[in-house]
Amino acid sequence: MARLTPENVALAQEIIARYPRPRSALIPLLHLAQEQDGWVADDAMEHLAELIGIEPAEVLGTCSFYEMFKREPVGRYVLNICTNISCQLLGAEDLLHHAERSLGVKAGGTTPDGAITLEDVECIAACTEAPCLQVNYRYRYKVGPDELDALVDDLRAGRLDDEVPPHGTVARIRQHIPADRAAGPAVPGVAGEPAWLTSRPKPAEEASS
Amino acid sequence: MADLHAATEVDGVPLTVNGTPIVARKGELLIEAAARAGTYIPHFCYHPRMAPVGMCRMCIVEVDTGRGPALQPACMLECTPDMVVDTESEVTKKAQDGVLEFLLINHPLDCPVCDKGGECPLQDQTIAYGPGESRFVEEKRHNEKPIPVSELVLLDRERCILCDRCTRFAKDVAGDPLIHFVQRGSSTEVSTFPDHPFASYFSGNTVQICPVGALTASPYRFKARPWDLDQVESTCTTCAVGCRIATQTSRNEILRHQGVDSDPVNWGWLCDKGRFGFEAVHSDDRLTEPLVRRGEALEPVRWSDALGAVAGVVSQVLAERGPTAIGVLGGARLTNEDAYAWVKLAKGVLGTDNVDCQLGDGLPPELVLGTPRATIDEVCAPGGTVVLLAPDLKEELPVLYLRLRAAAVEHGVRIVEVSSLPTGLSTYAAARVAPRPGEIGEVVAALVAGRTDREVGGVAPEALAAAAALLTEGPVTVIAGRPSIAESPVAIVDAVAALLHGIPGTRVLSALRRGNVHGALDAGMAPGLLPGRVTLEVGRDRFADAWPTVPAGRGLGATDMLAAAADGELDVLFLLGVDLDDIPDRDLVARALAGARLVVALDQFANGSSSRADVILPVAGAGECDGTTTNLEGRVTQVAAAVTPPGTAQSDWIVAVELARLLGADLGATRPADLWAELEHVGAAHGGVTTEVLRSPLAVDGIVLPLADPAPYLAAMATPVSISNAGAPVTAATDAETTDDDEAVDEPTTSSGPALLVFDPPEATPPTPVDSYSLRLVSGRQLYDDSIVVRRSPSLAGLRADTVLRINPYDFDRLGVGVGDEVRISTNRGAATIACHPDGDVPRGAASLRYAQPNLAVAALLDATLPVTDLRVETVG
Amino acid sequence: MSERTVPKIITSRFVVDDAHTLAGYERTGGYQGLRAALARRPDEVVEEVKAASLLGRGGAGFPAGVKWTFCPPGVWPRYLVVNGDESEPGTYKDRILMERDPHQLIEGILIACYAVGCAQAFLYCRGEMALAQERLAQALNDAYAAGYIGKGILGTDFSVDVVLHWGAGAYIVGEETALIESLEGNRGMPRLKPPFFPAAKGLYLQPTIVNNVETLSNLPWLMTNGAAAYTELGAEGSRGTRMFAVSGHVRRPGVFEVEFGVTTFRDLIVGDQYCRGLHEGRTLKAFIPGGASAPWFFEEHLDLPLEKGTIDRAGSMLGSGAIVVMDDTTDAVKACHRVVRFFARESCGKCTPCREGTDWLEKILRRILDGHGRRSDLALLMDVADNISPGITWPPKQTTICPLGPSAVSPIASALRRFRDEFEAAVGGTPVRVPRREVARG
Ligand SMILES: Cc1cc2nc3c(=O)[nH]c(=O)nc-3n(C[C@H](O)[C@H](O)[C@H](O)COP(=O)(O)O)c2cc1C
Ligand code: SF4
Ligand code: FES
Repeated sequence: MARLTPENVALAQEIIARYPRPRSALIPLLHLAQEQDGWVADDAMEHLAELIGIEPAEVLGTCSFYEMFKREPVGRYVLNICTNISCQLLGAEDLLHHAERSLGVKAGGTTPDGAITLEDVECIAACTEAPCLQVNYRYRYKVGPDELDALVDDLRAGRLDDEVPPHGTVARIRQHIPADRAAGPAVPGVAGEPAWLTSRPKPAEEASS
Repeated sequence: MADLHAATEVDGVPLTVNGTPIVARKGELLIEAAARAGTYIPHFCYHPRMAPVGMCRMCIVEVDTGRGPALQPACMLECTPDMVVDTESEVTKKAQDGVLEFLLINHPLDCPVCDKGGECPLQDQTIAYGPGESRFVEEKRHNEKPIPVSELVLLDRERCILCDRCTRFAKDVAGDPLIHFVQRGSSTEVSTFPDHPFASYFSGNTVQICPVGALTASPYRFKARPWDLDQVESTCTTCAVGCRIATQTSRNEILRHQGVDSDPVNWGWLCDKGRFGFEAVHSDDRLTEPLVRRGEALEPVRWSDALGAVAGVVSQVLAERGPTAIGVLGGARLTNEDAYAWVKLAKGVLGTDNVDCQLGDGLPPELVLGTPRATIDEVCAPGGTVVLLAPDLKEELPVLYLRLRAAAVEHGVRIVEVSSLPTGLSTYAAARVAPRPGEIGEVVAALVAGRTDREVGGVAPEALAAAAALLTEGPVTVIAGRPSIAESPVAIVDAVAALLHGIPGTRVLSALRRGNVHGALDAGMAPGLLPGRVTLEVGRDRFADAWPTVPAGRGLGATDMLAAAADGELDVLFLLGVDLDDIPDRDLVARALAGARLVVALDQFANGSSSRADVILPVAGAGECDGTTTNLEGRVTQVAAAVTPPGTAQSDWIVAVELARLLGADLGATRPADLWAELEHVGAAHGGVTTEVLRSPLAVDGIVLPLADPAPYLAAMATPVSISNAGAPVTAATDAETTDDDEAVDEPTTSSGPALLVFDPPEATPPTPVDSYSLRLVSGRQLYDDSIVVRRSPSLAGLRADTVLRINPYDFDRLGVGVGDEVRISTNRGAATIACHPDGDVPRGAASLRYAQPNLAVAALLDATLPVTDLRVETVG
Repeated sequence: MSERTVPKIITSRFVVDDAHTLAGYERTGGYQGLRAALARRPDEVVEEVKAASLLGRGGAGFPAGVKWTFCPPGVWPRYLVVNGDESEPGTYKDRILMERDPHQLIEGILIACYAVGCAQAFLYCRGEMALAQERLAQALNDAYAAGYIGKGILGTDFSVDVVLHWGAGAYIVGEETALIESLEGNRGMPRLKPPFFPAAKGLYLQPTIVNNVETLSNLPWLMTNGAAAYTELGAEGSRGTRMFAVSGHVRRPGVFEVEFGVTTFRDLIVGDQYCRGLHEGRTLKAFIPGGASAPWFFEEHLDLPLEKGTIDRAGSMLGSGAIVVMDDTTDAVKACHRVVRFFARESCGKCTPCREGTDWLEKILRRILDGHGRRSDLALLMDVADNISPGITWPPKQTTICPLGPSAVSPIASALRRFRDEFEAAVGGTPVRVPRREVARG
């Protein structure tokens, strides 16, 4: 849909400034764009290309490599059901099929009301809590069919609004490096040998030997 | 110990390939060392002119570096001492066959209808080693059949093997990363960004380097099968870089140009104008028979009648007014042989020195021929500093742009760009200063003198200081051309003079643009010059022996010739491949045409202005002539006729010979080689560069004039080169050239014969005061301009874009118009309306227009007698 | 199994509710390791870590202290890149460390930067881990405010920024060179080593140390307690403690910090303080000892100690500390397919054998599961696998740039060799009965 808002441009600039090279900020900026619109639109990619001085095709190349970036609108909630080995062993496929039936969409699809996009995903690092899922990257452990249905009801009813932000927002807390505390990016060709490596006195025995 | 190691490093790296000891160069990749030793390692992603990525995995071979054999990609592996390589072991073979099978499982079996069929490495590998029957019973990947990624290039994703060659080329070589891998894993494909086509001037190279038929060029698609093609090697004369090409034909039609890898010049790359411009050769608009004006109309006549008529008028004029009433304009697009024939006719038979191959948009020949010259390799040598006093090289000399870009990006060459407007190289420049138009001379003088304490020519002290600091490092070379056709060259002349004077050892590479302008200048196609880079005075004695006559004194250059014609002082004007519309100052051209008694145009096309001539003679063009051409380094290479010219069109030299004959003189040539032989003999700079030397295996990349010692070239002719030292000729040739140039720096003479021209800088010209009611015009060319080649090549014609007026936002705001609104522009010569855009890259007080685009001819706004062009800009209505 | 009590080195604060806050961390001994390190010279810190022979916990198990010495001298700046991209199927430890004890990781990062001379650190957290990112961001903000990070740390001349970076969903980015590509804003496609060993030519082609989250989380304890205390734990070559996530068909799956090198698989899977064995009536079919990339182990491997060398020699690896237990209800073909599908889906696409080969393997297995298998498919599976990993050996040989492609060979080689009868049955041979799993869990 959209280019970044002025507030997000300011944020983008803050993020870019942390890195020795602007392009390093690309993935965080794609997240920022997705946070703004819920997905990553072509206009947003063009805007990011301008902000970091690369071609839109390069932005697309990076964006399309990573599964979290959606280049088409998705539901307000993306439901990621893990079906990898640990979860599969404990019935994840049944859970996925249940979800497909109860939501009326296949994995990869979005419910007609635009509330839920269902996905069949790889391991989400909660293997001991199988079968598990994430909704907008918030975990639910040991999920059975009933828990899943209840979750969907809660989401639709807005009962989880405090806990689960709409799709696009991952972390709600951002890093801010205070200007007076920043050591600054270490830029190749500029940054030299760190002072502390040589400033400490050599111990006596080493100096004498 | 350390010494031992050092010795091996210098001498080379010994290793064993398939049981045979070979010696690699230090740092050489295994795939290259093996190839030099005659062992071909199959590969797809590796390309000798690009950084290896090692991703197709076809080149994996078993290598033992002391820890047992392991599979390694030969394209990424540097040779190390004593490594043992087996390219034929069972493990190697199985692995390579496996890779081939993997590449084929999703590859369509459409070789019979694929453009690449017959020249496809994948097909070749499959036939040579591939598995007979497919074990792949799953469904192949399917994609929409070819999708255009640009106006010129189509992509068939099913055929793509994801070797990263095109995408690497786009990013790393061309600097236009407009195509990229998208998606991942088995869904990976090459793609553009939606609505951002692969609009690179170099897109055709991706088609050439695609190892399968995934990328095809729309001008060639389905035109021919490789085995039906005949091929000659030649040189592209679209611009003065002189890229080596293979011209491929079928049934007397040019179908394709491929880049040939010439190490000192183009590295195998071509620009799209050079690659696809051949379409113009077969244009229906080619002139096929002589035309003579009868009243308003041009009527076809026989050659003898046309030439007879011309000879008649010429004799009469000679008798009545003498040779100075005759002028020859143009010739920068001829072969060296054509050029010499015409110089001999004009200067040696008719006795006129009114000869100029440049059209008022070039540089003084003394500067081009009389300064210590740099080769492209010297300009690009690591550690150097390059001062750009040139037009946008990306637009005018595209492959030189590629070389410089690589030099800056990969070899740390420092570019100091001095130009009012940014160019394609600005982003790679270590420093950039933007003088006000017309004030380049002062700015460069300040840089050289280190006067950076105050603003000069609109450049802030800090910018001056940054650029000046770079001039103190490494060898300095200058690339000199005409950044703007709307300014006279005096500022550039002053700038070059300041650099030559202030920084000893500075060398110059010319950035003149027309295909063989340097060869024409070498042949003496300029006032005051004789063939071989000598002045009229210096060469007079020698040429008095060789020619029937020698001009009495210095003649007129292009602008003065036109002025003389306008004033009725010049009766006969020969136009050698001149597009009169292109000459800066159309008003002057119109008056000249009206003033001359006889205008004879030798041309391939009846273009807007040659159709105003009295006699039009159809001539052969690129691809239709044998001979030689000379690039901007002074490098002589051979061009070859691949097809015959249409109708009765003749080579320009034949026309000269015939005219001379009708005037009672014998030019002494029955073939181009005769003319070259004579030029080699009489031309001081050409001495030693015989046809034989040019055919020497050491001269595959041509010979840079002047040549110090032809002996090695001749010796190499005698001993055929063996495979085992196939790498050697390149080195030898490079060495030979370097030596020549080293000598040329201090003593610009050949071992015998007259002294070569030396540039004698004139007094610096003060800048023209700024007219505060006007904007000062800067006008350079765009690659796809309104020139004949582009207009007559259907694939390129559509790529021409209209020009707009670009001015600084400050000036724009004062104008009070909206972005893109039409404004009225005017000069003392003419007026036009044009869309106007604000552009922060344009300095305050300046205005930018592209020189020759479909919607506006800047030539009509220029006054050739003024040093700068002041443009009035007003709102319309 | 050792009888003595083993201290918790990295999970000690998991019992503290507010350990993720600066207050909670400082109250429980936080940032003492950093102070201890700053009191010494950087090279002494490197020596201490070398003496502890702290093995990397990201998968390859390379000694951290040794890796640190691989940076070429005199080339600056150096970077530290923290690998928090945890995505290997079965692996669940870095996420908990980031969520529950973010300051411990930050302290470890600072110690490493100080020792190696890294002028900037990038903490690359997996994109899907929202809570970890929030906890890390908060911890970083608090640590900056408290003077632990940034300019002039704790009043010394040690200055470094720790930048939180996060991914966007691509397993391959866990591979260190792909991680660096990703951190440069590119597609996460691995680079060839050599020449692109990160310590020599890493981020922006500068010397770069890539270490795993768990590896670095050891450093605060190590600095406070010393290498001697550390090497008291574990066995020769595998010192200290290690985290293992045990998942699958066990009664009490969980993440445990155990003594490295001496604890056995049986201890973990059956032991009372750990997983308490399989469910009633079930028997062990197979287990994956170190993440989806590892060849499978079986009953006969249960008594092997969790010691790197031993496991390597036995033909698999401890990898990322991920143990997945499969009981006799497991369909070997299905499980094998699921793991292969993972690698096919996560191949970056750079190398032909991995891009095309893993996809092909997945398609063959899918077809077999769909009932369209052919007898010849079993030989074909092995031969395609052989073309990705010639000889199908351990450690694997590879026709690829990185080990991802060959990783897809592990499940095939393991399952097809051990459970050939099930594969035969699936392609139309004699049926084999695999017991059905009870629906009830727990
Ligand atoms: C395909 C692949 C995936 C990997 N994924 C991870 C990962 O998610 N986290 C991790 O720390 N290391 C991972 N690694 C290992 C890293 O490449 C690297 O060895 C490790 O981060 C180094 O840290 P350490 O020495 O502290 O273990 C992976 C390696 C491969 C080949
Ligand atoms: S083996 Fe696979 S994942 Fe690794 S680099 Fe090659 S294609 Fe990418
Ligand atoms: S040519 Fe070496 S991997 Fe492609």
